[in-house]
This record gives sequence, C-alpha cells and structure tokens, in this order.
Amino acid sequence: MLTIKNLRASVEGKEILKGINLEIKPGEIHAIMGPNGAGKSTLGNVLSGREGYEIEEGEVTFLGEDLLDLSPEDRARKGLFLSFQYPVEIPGVPMVNFLKTSVNEHRKFKGLEPLTAGEFLKLMREKKDMLHLDSQLTNRSVNEGFSGGEKKKNEIFQMAMLEPKLAILDETDSGLDIDALRVVAEGVNALKSPEHSTIVITHYQRLLDYIVPDFVHVLYNGQIVKSAGKELALELEEKGYDWIKKELV
Amino acid sequence: MTQTRINKKAVSEKYSELYKEKRSLLDEGSSPLLNRMRDVSMKRFEQVGVPGFKNEDYKYTNLERVFGKEYRHVLAYETVDVDLNEVFQCDVPQLDTYTVLLINGWYYARNLQLEGLPEGVVAGSLKQISNEQPELLENYLNRQAALSNDPLVALNTAFAKDGFFLYVPEGVKLEKPIQVINLTRGQEATFSTQRNLIITGAKTEAKVIFCDHTLSSIDCLGNNVTEVFVGDGAVVDVYTIQNQNNKSNSVNSSFFKVGEKSNLLSGVACLHGGLIRNNLVVSLDGEHSEAGVFGMSFTDKRQHVDNFTNILHNKANCLSNQLYKNVLDEDSVGAFTGRIHVARDAQKTNAFQRNNNVLLTDTAKMNTKPQLIIDADDVKCSHGATVGQIDLDALFYMRARGINENDARMMLMNAFAHEVVQEIRVEALRDRIDELVEKRLKGELAKCHSCDIN
Amino acid sequence: MEEQDKILHEVTSKEYEFGFSSDFDMDTIPKGLNEDVIRVISAKKEEPEFMLNFRLEAFRKWQKMTMPDWAYLKIPPIDFQEIIYYAAPKKKPQYESLDEIDPDLLETFNKLGIPLEEQKILSGVAVDAVIDSVSVKTTFKETLAEKGIIFCSFSEAVKEHPDLIQKYLGMSVPVTDNFFAALNSAVFSDGSFCYIPKGVKCPMELSTYFRINASGTGQFERTLIIADDDSQVSYLEGCTAPMRDENQLHAAVVEIIALDRANVKYSTVQNWYPGDKNGKGGVYNFVTKRGICRGESSKISWTQVETGSAVTWKYPSCILMGDNSVGEFNSVALTNNYQQADTGTKMIHIGKNTKSTIISKGISAGKSDNAYRGLVKVMPGASNARNFSQCDSLLLGSNCGAHTFPYIEVANKSSIIEHEATTSKIGEDQIFYCNQRGISTEDAIGMIVNGYAKEVLNKLPMEFAVEAQKLLQISLEGSVG
Repeated sequence: MLTIKNLRASVEGKEILKGINLEIKPGEIHAIMGPNGAGKSTLGNVLSGREGYEIEEGEVTFLGEDLLDLSPEDRARKGLFLSFQYPVEIPGVPMVNFLKTSVNEHRKFKGLEPLTAGEFLKLMREKKDMLHLDSQLTNRSVNEGFSGGEKKKNEIFQMAMLEPKLAILDETDSGLDIDALRVVAEGVNALKSPEHSTIVITHYQRLLDYIVPDFVHVLYNGQIVKSAGKELALELEEKGYDWIKKELV
Repeated sequence: MTQTRINKKAVSEKYSELYKEKRSLLDEGSSPLLNRMRDVSMKRFEQVGVPGFKNEDYKYTNLERVFGKEYRHVLAYETVDVDLNEVFQCDVPQLDTYTVLLINGWYYARNLQLEGLPEGVVAGSLKQISNEQPELLENYLNRQAALSNDPLVALNTAFAKDGFFLYVPEGVKLEKPIQVINLTRGQEATFSTQRNLIITGAKTEAKVIFCDHTLSSIDCLGNNVTEVFVGDGAVVDVYTIQNQNNKSNSVNSSFFKVGEKSNLLSGVACLHGGLIRNNLVVSLDGEHSEAGVFGMSFTDKRQHVDNFTNILHNKANCLSNQLYKNVLDEDSVGAFTGRIHVARDAQKTNAFQRNNNVLLTDTAKMNTKPQLIIDADDVKCSHGATVGQIDLDALFYMRARGINENDARMMLMNAFAHEVVQEIRVEALRDRIDELVEKRLKGELAKCHSCDIN
Repeated sequence: MEEQDKILHEVTSKEYEFGFSSDFDMDTIPKGLNEDVIRVISAKKEEPEFMLNFRLEAFRKWQKMTMPDWAYLKIPPIDFQEIIYYAAPKKKPQYESLDEIDPDLLETFNKLGIPLEEQKILSGVAVDAVIDSVSVKTTFKETLAEKGIIFCSFSEAVKEHPDLIQKYLGMSVPVTDNFFAALNSAVFSDGSFCYIPKGVKCPMELSTYFRINASGTGQFERTLIIADDDSQVSYLEGCTAPMRDENQLHAAVVEIIALDRANVKYSTVQNWYPGDKNGKGGVYNFVTKRGICRGESSKISWTQVETGSAVTWKYPSCILMGDNSVGEFNSVALTNNYQQADTGTKMIHIGKNTKSTIISKGISAGKSDNAYRGLVKVMPGASNARNFSQCDSLLLGSNCGAHTFPYIEVANKSSIIEHEATTSKIGEDQIFYCNQRGISTEDAIGMIVNGYAKEVLNKLPMEFAVEAQKLLQISLEGSVG
C-alpha cells in the first residue's frame, strides 16, 4: 500500500528526516514511536503534502503511484487521511457543510454521484452512533471552540466518514481522557479490514493498549532505528528511549 | 476659550516675518550643519503654515490659538541669574542618573561635569558639539525629521540653535540613565525651540529620561524636535515625563530610526501641562527589531493632550506594541491617533496597538483615531480602542467586599494606569511614576518636590 | 505555494459574469450640466416647483464644493461636463402585466438570474425594477396598498404624495451634505419611495434592482424610506451593471427616516461592474446613505455586501436622535484586481441610551485596496450610549492592501465605546486542513471567506444571503496567494 524509500526531508535548511524506509501492506497497523523531535510529525506532514518541507531525496509510492507528485487534496481523495495533531479551527464554516463537501469530493474522485442531503445526514448519523458521539459537534463551526478531546474525536469522526485506505494518526492520543481514547480506538478498530491500513504516531504506549499494532518502529533522529512486533512498545514504556539511544552509540 | 477668531494666515506670517528679521541672528554662532537647513525648512513651513482643524493630522488639536499668541523667542543663550544646579535637584529616591539641565531650550552653561561616562560617549550641547565635532552629526542631523511633512518640524529646523546631544559609540553600555531636565523660566511669555539628537551605535545600551518642568508661571510654548538613531542590536529607552504648569504648551516631535535586531522602548507620561501635542514616528528600518511605544496622560481643567504616533514597519519580521491610556477629568480634552503602516514587503510583521480612555466628567472629551494601513499580507496586526468609565462591575465587587467607593475607584484607576507604568525599565523611575500617578489621581499636587519653586 | 498562487490567479482572472448590455431606446438629453439641464430634467419629469427649487439650490451649492479627497482612494479627475445627466426609456411604460415589458429588458433580468416573475411568484418579493433611472414596473402594489403602504417610483411619489416628499426629502441628507449628495440632489432622475404607515408591519421584503445601462450616463438614484410610528419594513437593494469600457459614475442617495419605535432594515448587495482584471473600466460608486432614528426606540440597520465597482465611496450612517434608538451596520466588502473601496459607517449618538453596533469584514485580493472608515460620535447629551465595533480585514495575496481608519469622538462619561480591529492573511493551515480532506484550494478559499463573512451574511434576508454567498465566491475566483 505504502512504500517509503530513503526519504530525506528538511525544513528551512535543517534536515529532519534522514532516510526513512518503511513498507506498509494492506490491513496492517503500524505504530511509529520515538522521543520528541525525532521527526514523527514531520513524517505525517510530508506524506500528506504539507507545504514548507523540502524533499531532498527518496521516493514514496502509495497504491502504486508516486505520492510526492500529488497535490494534498488528491492524496486525500486517493485515500490518505491525516488525523492532525493540532486540528485547525475554521470560524464560520459549519462542520456539516465542510464534511459534505469533503465526502462528495472523495466520491467525485471515484466517479460516484454526490450524496444527497438526506443520504449524507443518514451516513453521518450512522457514523456518530458507531462512535457514540453526541450530535452537537457537527452543528458547530469546524473545530471552533472545541476542547482538545473534542477536536481529536472530530478527527476520528471524519476518518470514519471518509473511510480512507491509509490513516495516519499523528499523536491523536496526546492529552486525551479515557473516554476520548476509547472513541479513537473504536474508530480505528472499526476501520480495520484487509483493505485498510493505519499508521499510529505516538509518544506513549497507552493508545496501543486499545489499538494493537502489527509492527512497532522507533523513530530517532530522523531514522527508523528499530522495528519489531507489538512487544517493543511495552519495552519502550518500561525502559524509556534512553536504552535505544545507548544501543545506537 | 473666548479668543477672537485668529487669522490663520496672520499666525503663520508672524513666524515668516520673525524669521526674516532674525535671519542673521539664527546663523550666529551656529554650526553650518544647522544653518544650511534653515531656508529650505522655512519654505516648507510656509507651504502649509501652522496646522489648523482642516489638517487631517491635527484634526483634534487647534494650534492656531497657542501659536497665535505673542512670545519672546529665545534665539540666543541667556545667562541665568541663579545656579540652577542648586535651585533644581531632582530628588527621586534611588534614581541615580547623569543629569544635565536645559533652560528654555538651551544647554545650561554651568552644567556640572558628567563624571564617569564611558570613554567615547559624548553628551552635551548640540550647538557646541555641532561646531566642534561636526563629523559626529553630519550623517544624522535632520535625516529623519526632514522626511516628515509636518510644518512644525520644519519650523523647528528653521529656528533651532541648541538642544541636547548624545553619542554612544559602538558596543558601549551606559550603566546609568541620562536625565535631561528641560526647564522653562522667564518673566514674560516665552517660545523655545529645542533640538535634540541621540545617536547610539551598534550593540549599545542607553536610557535617556527627559523631564519637562516649568520654573515660572508664565505662558510658554515649546516647539521641539528629537531625533533618535538606534543602532543595530542596540537596546535604547527614551522616557519623557511632562510635568508642567497649565499655561505651558508644547509640541514635541520625536523620530526614531531603528536598525536591525534592536530594541526600542519609548514612554511618555503626561502628568501636567496646558496644551501638549506629542508626535512620535518610529521607522523600523531593519529586520527582527522590536519597538514598545507607551504613553499615558492625566488631564483636568482645560488641559489638552494629543498623542499622535506613526509606526512604520518598513522591514520584515519586526514587532511593535503600542499602549496609550488617558484619564480625563473636568473640562479636559484628549486625543490619540495611532497609525501602523506596514510596507509592501514587510512580511511577518506583528503590530499591535491599544488605546484605553476613561472619562470622569460629562464635560471631558476624548477623540481617538487608531489606524491600520497594511500593504503586506503575512502579518498580524490589531488595534483596539475603548472610551468609557472605570469598570462598574469591579467597583461594585470591591464595595461588596467592604472597600469604600472612593478607595475602590482609586485602586481601579491606579491599576488602569499601572499597566502602562509597568513597562518602564528603570525601576526607580517606575516606582516614582507610580507614586506620582497616585498623587495625581488623588488630586494632590503631583509635581516633583523640587519643581514646586516658582 | 506556487500551486496556490496559480489557483488564486485563475480564480482572480475570472471575467465579470454580468457584462452585457441591452439596446433599449433611450431618451437622453445632451451631456453636461448647467441650470438649464436641471430645468429640463425637472420639466421632463413634470415636477412641482418645490422640486425644481430643491434641485437648483443643490446645484448652486454643488458648484461651490470640491470633490472630497480624504478617502484612501486614487481617482482620476472626473469631468462632470462629460456626463449625460438624464436617460429614460422612450416608451414610458405603464404595464399591467410582465408580458408588455420590453423583451430585451426581461432578457437582461434573466441573464442576471433575477427574473421578475420568479421573484414575484417564488419569493413573494415586490420588485420595483429601476433601469437607467426610470421605474419600469412595480409589482405587488395592490397588496401593499391594502395596508396603506406606499411603494412606488420616486417620480410617482412626487406627483401623488408631494406633501410627504416635501416634508421628508433632504431631512437625512441635506443638499449641502457632501459633494456627491449635492450633485445627486440637483440631477437625480428617479428612484424608489416607500412609506409605511403607523403600526403597519410590511408583509414582504421590498426590493429594487438597480442597473446602469446607457453608455456614458451617470446614475443618480434617490431613495426615500419613511417608517411611521410602530411600523416595520425590510428593504432590499441589489445592483448589477453591464460591462462598459469607460468609467461610469454612480452617485445615489438613500434617506431613511424612522419615527417612534419604527424598525427599518436596509440590505444591499452591490455588484456594479468592477472593471476588468487590468483595472480598465468599472463603475465609480459614490453613495450617500443615511438614516435618522428620529423617534424613540427606533431602529435602523444597514447590511451590505459590496463586491463590485472600480471605486466605492460609501458610508451608510445612522443618526441616533431618539432616546433608546439603535443603529446597526454590518458589512462585507470584497475587492479584487484593481478595485478600491473606502467604506464604513457613521454612528452619531444624540439621544439617551442609544446603541450602535458595527461589524465590518474586509477582504482584499489581487492588487486592490480596501479601507474601512468609520466614525462613532457621542454627543454630550447621549448618556449611556453604547457602541461596539469590530473591523476585521482578511488579506489574500501580497499585492493588496487592507486599511482601517476609525474615528471615535466621545463627549459623555457614561458612554462605553469599544473598537477592535484585526488584520491577518488567510490561514494557510486552514487551506491545508481542507486540502487534506480532499477539498481543492479554490473551494477551500471560498469556504473560509464565506465562513469569515458569515456573521454579516446571516443578517441578510434568506434569498439575498444565498446570492451574496455566490457572489463572494465568484468575485474571488482567481485570487489568493
């Protein structure tokens, strides 16, 4: 599904990603862990096409296509979803309109007819029920005045609506209470199928109690320095990142 | 003001005639650096004349009245019959400064020697230094002021002969602030024209405090210009404390040219005075610089205070922060115009401005005109202005806790003013201003003790 | 970034949709202005003497006035002798039904997407269509007449209700008010008149559509709305103009008088031709709009969406005379390409407990300049006056300007006046967030701008709000960086 080969990227002349290699197959859940400043969020941003990052080297293919050549919206429409670490507030734009536009853009891309208002509302209700969300969020402007937890739940809700092929969850668990954490986990687990893959970027092991990864990678200083099964996360939780740093020296 | 209508033309012509009449006296003893600017400046003055209401920049301040009066112009140094060093002793506790005195716009001839100034620092009379070391000034004098369209700045340039001069060479840090005490004294109505120039080199640190005082109860009018050049990486503070009698009027135009990675703080506290107009222009001409521009005024009787600021963001990545507060009592009138101008390529500009005013009576008036002129897109700019009374909810809250109304009012007003006072970076001065403000609000005479003399 | 620039460029380069002109037979008088021209205008309109005197007085005052130069606008000199001051369709129409109307005219309206019939039937809006100065058709007149509401062309009102005209004309906007108001007072050709009697709540939105049509004719509309005690009315004004190469002058005057407890809501969507993308052509729009809240507890509310004109000079104002009266100003002004706008409001607090609210949303794109200019003045007797102003500017691209010039003059201690203004660029992170959800940059910008302007758009009547939203999107097409 996603192949990253020797990806190097920099911000304002400073190299952040120093040769990332990663292969994600359909149906897999990968966790990317690492200390602060390791380049975890940069990876998510580069994959989704955010401006301000220079790609120095490397290639990324997504569903057989060169991902780096696509505009951010085309990456999204092809099925790449980024759950933002800091979801943006867009005052005055109702969540419903925003999401309807988004869903129909995705459908148009696939050559499907746009959903009618009725169909859309029905879909929205289903997904809300699935995630046990209260219905207030969708009546407000996009993320405006949402609490930290509400913003993250809203990201997962959008993910559920858009059913992406590959979802990247950038620190979605940071600052969440147990309830919000449960919503996030339910959202990811509901999407789990042989066609859908997930990258969970996180600092802590906590979320991985709910979402069981097939692989855990440690990102350190712009490179993946260690990859293993889910047991690695527990080990990291216990020992912190220092032992990995030491191992590297 | 039961003044008869003043003929605008006649007001301006008076100055033209005076200029013609005193032309040779103006040149006498002055440096060619000053003299060569006179004629062209006078022409610029004459093109507009003394600004009246029709002049958009002077919409809220009628200067024709004060400029129309008859004055004695101090165009040559006059010896003083007492020793001002003894008569005047600034008694602010713990305020340890290098102190110089100016009298009616002239550097006092018997100023004490400034002891302990770092090597290379030149502080003294503009007249003397422009004659003796013209090379220090020639690239600076009038380089900022000449860019102004203000006719009164041109009038100052035409008439200026002396004022305070400071030069701080590269890398020098002044440990103590320099305190410049401007005194007005005389037997009859006096007009003074003071010209100050402050040049700080790269990576310097300097603090200058101007204190305006009147020693006589006479009508007076000052038309003053100060130019300040802030070198790259310099940290410069300029404070002005205006504490004059109610017959004393002044127009003060200050120009700050700020280099890159420097930090400027300008603070104006107007405690007493008649009609005061402060023009302040800050040109941020280097990237990554910061300017804090603060002011406050407390007015009563028929006082009139007008602060006019213009912050020019000419280069990218600069920050400016303005805060002006006014408390207006009795029949006083206040005005504030604050302009932020972000030039086309000055991206990543952050420019903020706030103006808060409290009216204490129904006869006091406040006019405020904040302005944003933005020609770059990647900017964060805001201004806010309020006119109102003190927070009645807060007042009630305090009374409900048993504080009597008067005390509660005072506390709230002090808090209102303190937001500006706290920006002062000289501790002793900050405490002093807090104290003066409190006295001023209580209606006690808020003059410095030694300024009580007549 | 480059991609965005490209899209913005495409969006801004979209041509004016409503640029077409219809060939009507025009009854014009030669260009130029003097007392004789004014006498001819007055005579052609068969006006009573007081009207001619009103015009002549205005003209004499106007001759002594000069064009105001304080606005943040660069306007080439206007030769007022090169303008034709009167144009009317030749066949003075008095139609019973729409069938009788010049098919060209109907076609014009159809192109604009505002067919009279549909408007009439679907939205229940009575439309008084003004094409080049003379009122062509007024609908729903009977329904209104039953309630005692007078809604007709200004000329008709001069003939039928001279007493009302004589009493109220010039009350809000005296002939000497300003250069353009004086010019309008001297030469105005026609416009709308509306009177809502005591205690009547107007059952429908009243509406006029203005268009500039004849080549080289100035447009001088005059609108007068009088809301008597305890009455209520909502008035809509919409403008679109066909494409012309030379600049056209528009100097309208709108006067509103609200008596005791009357409530008037005046909404405008202004989409005059803004000139092409190189700044050629376009309408000069110098409008004086003012309402007086004469009566106690009366209310006047202005809402405007301004996307058109090469130059806009416009300050819909409220004079809050009556105690407890309320003034509102809600504005969205969008400029693109070489457009210039200097617009805002004046709120003059005279009565006690008067309140005013100002919400201004400026959007600048292309190489345009967009300025807010507003005055809040509290007179000594206006105890407990309140004003809140919020002026925001949004910049799209680095070649445009956004400027804010509020004037606040307060002479009463019990008043509370608050003004806030911010300027910022459109959020790149917002655009990216939308992109990440599959929404194109162009749609994202449209969405964000509409969201930004929503507070004001919400104040528009429903059918207008939809049109305004579309207009914002169209006007922005091709524009952000």
